[in-house]
Amino acid sequence: MSYISIKKLWKSYGGNIVLEHVNASVGKGEFITIVGTSGCGKTTFLNMLLGTESASKGEILLEGALIPDEPNEDRGIVFQKYSVFPHLTALQNLMIPKELESAKLLCKVFGAKRKTIAAVAREMLAMVGLEQAADRYPHELSGGMQQRLAIAQALMKRPKILLLDEPFGALDPGIRKDMHKLILDIWKKTQINVFMITHDIKEGFHLGTRLWVFDKVRHDPDAPNAYGATITYDIPLGKCDAQIYNEIDTSLEQSRKELDILETTL
Amino acid sequence: MLSKRLINKKPSVVARVALGMLPFIATLIVYMWFSDIRLEANPNDKLMPSFSTMGDTMNRMAFVPSKRSGEYLLLVDTLASLNRLLLGVFISALIGLTFGILNGAIPLMRAKLSPYVTALSLIPPMAILPILFIVFGLGEVSKVMLIVIGITPFLIRDLQARTLELPREQLIKAQTIGANSWQVIVRVILPQIMPRLLVAVRLSLGTAWLFLIAAEAIASTEGLGYRIFLVRRYLSMDVILPYVVWIALLAFLLDWLLRELSSRLYPWFQAQSGDKP
Ligand SMILES: Nc1ncnc2c1ncn2[C@@H]1O[C@H](COP(=O)(O)OP(=O)(O)O)[C@@H](O)[C@H]1O
Ligand SMILES: [Mg+2]
Repeated sequence: MSYISIKKLWKSYGGNIVLEHVNASVGKGEFITIVGTSGCGKTTFLNMLLGTESASKGEILLEGALIPDEPNEDRGIVFQKYSVFPHLTALQNLMIPKELESAKLLCKVFGAKRKTIAAVAREMLAMVGLEQAADRYPHELSGGMQQRLAIAQALMKRPKILLLDEPFGALDPGIRKDMHKLILDIWKKTQINVFMITHDIKEGFHLGTRLWVFDKVRHDPDAPNAYGATITYDIPLGKCDAQIYNEIDTSLEQSRKELDILETTL
Repeated sequence: MLSKRLINKKPSVVARVALGMLPFIATLIVYMWFSDIRLEANPNDKLMPSFSTMGDTMNRMAFVPSKRSGEYLLLVDTLASLNRLLLGVFISALIGLTFGILNGAIPLMRAKLSPYVTALSLIPPMAILPILFIVFGLGEVSKVMLIVIGITPFLIRDLQARTLELPREQLIKAQTIGANSWQVIVRVILPQIMPRLLVAVRLSLGTAWLFLIAAEAIASTEGLGYRIFLVRRYLSMDVILPYVVWIALLAFLLDWLLRELSSRLYPWFQAQSGDKP
């Protein structure tokens, strides 16, 4: 039995069909990277895994059960920005998950318990290379450091799935390399299921065990919203080569052109 | 050196202080000039008293016990007014914070209460002052209530808007680390709304003063507003003018205190909002 099953998933907003016929089965510990043209529904798909959007038709199962339609501890998330709490220091940002767990009403812990939680949080800070920045607020951290913190925070409750929505999209290429290493290390250590959206196909190939391409199969030039996107390529990585890379690049060209036309007419 | 655009020119610290002082000094000079002209024509003129007359009067108000009650009038007036103002603002802030956050965070609450608050905020508070006097009598409660009624709807609506402005990503993130609704409010929303409450209170202080002085003018036995309206009968500009300046100074100090408090307690907020003095 597969760990996550996506069955005949559809999503539309009014007459705008975003996703159609999405079918997939994901094993435990897979690292899936998702690429596709902008606006094709990648974030929408991730939001359905997260539980902030519900499917119009079809279903997503996690370990055989319907995935809850509300965010919970099973699924960690890192957004492109606003992922960490600006009013908490780096250390406090990593302490809050455990604090909430042990102080349901007071929401804060004190004394010996606090020390234990702080120690765990410091360990995590060190793992993402932020031990020097423990007492700094997010606005005092660089973009890359903020994303490291966000990843660490998302892992504190040991979620089953880690969702990343273009997490490195706003970072410099050099810093992005470090982040790739970090995320791969974490994935190898925890064997967590990862879904990562990226607009950089190379990044998609470099990371992960499996690459999904979201794209429209059917096109109606007069009604661009009449058909939704689906998974057009589902490639196990590691054995991918230049030929597949070029093939995907040309296949997305059609959608990109359409997008350009749409943008110029808007 | 190329001349920058006007919008990009910034004054140096010295220049800023000098430029800031200039209008004040100019006002004083113009006042003195006109006052001299009027007093020369009629030494008993009351409309524009000289600085020395005002100084004498205020010296008497501040440091000589009143003949009738033995109290220092400026002190009594100031304490009475500040007491009412701070109590009214504090109660309003508490109500504003509670309902602003609840309305902003809980859609079910917002659907029920938001139209009501909007309707309430449309009632001119001065129009219900008579009702307050009838219901609560002429004592302290009515005056504090007027301030509360005057600024609370604004605070609720402003803080509701600020709560709704918090990035949705943060609320989602909180849920993914296991927070329930209460915990999201206490650990994510409340601490981020606190500095915004201070901003909103600073904005509403002017209105609070307005309602305080109005209430004191109508029914009171002490207070800054009461004194101004009392001595108006004798055309005592030598009391009114210094009192007005004193009120302005108190208002400025309160504003400054709140700003200091905010930057001490919430250093992250200053950076985020780019709020510069
Ligand atoms: N809440 C919403 N209401 C209406 N349309 C939406 C909503 N969210 C997304 N969409 C639409 O769904 C499409 C896919 O959006 P999105 O998933 O954000 O694309 P991507 O992440 O691939 O760039 C877009 O056309 C967008 O306009
Ligand atoms: Mg997106």
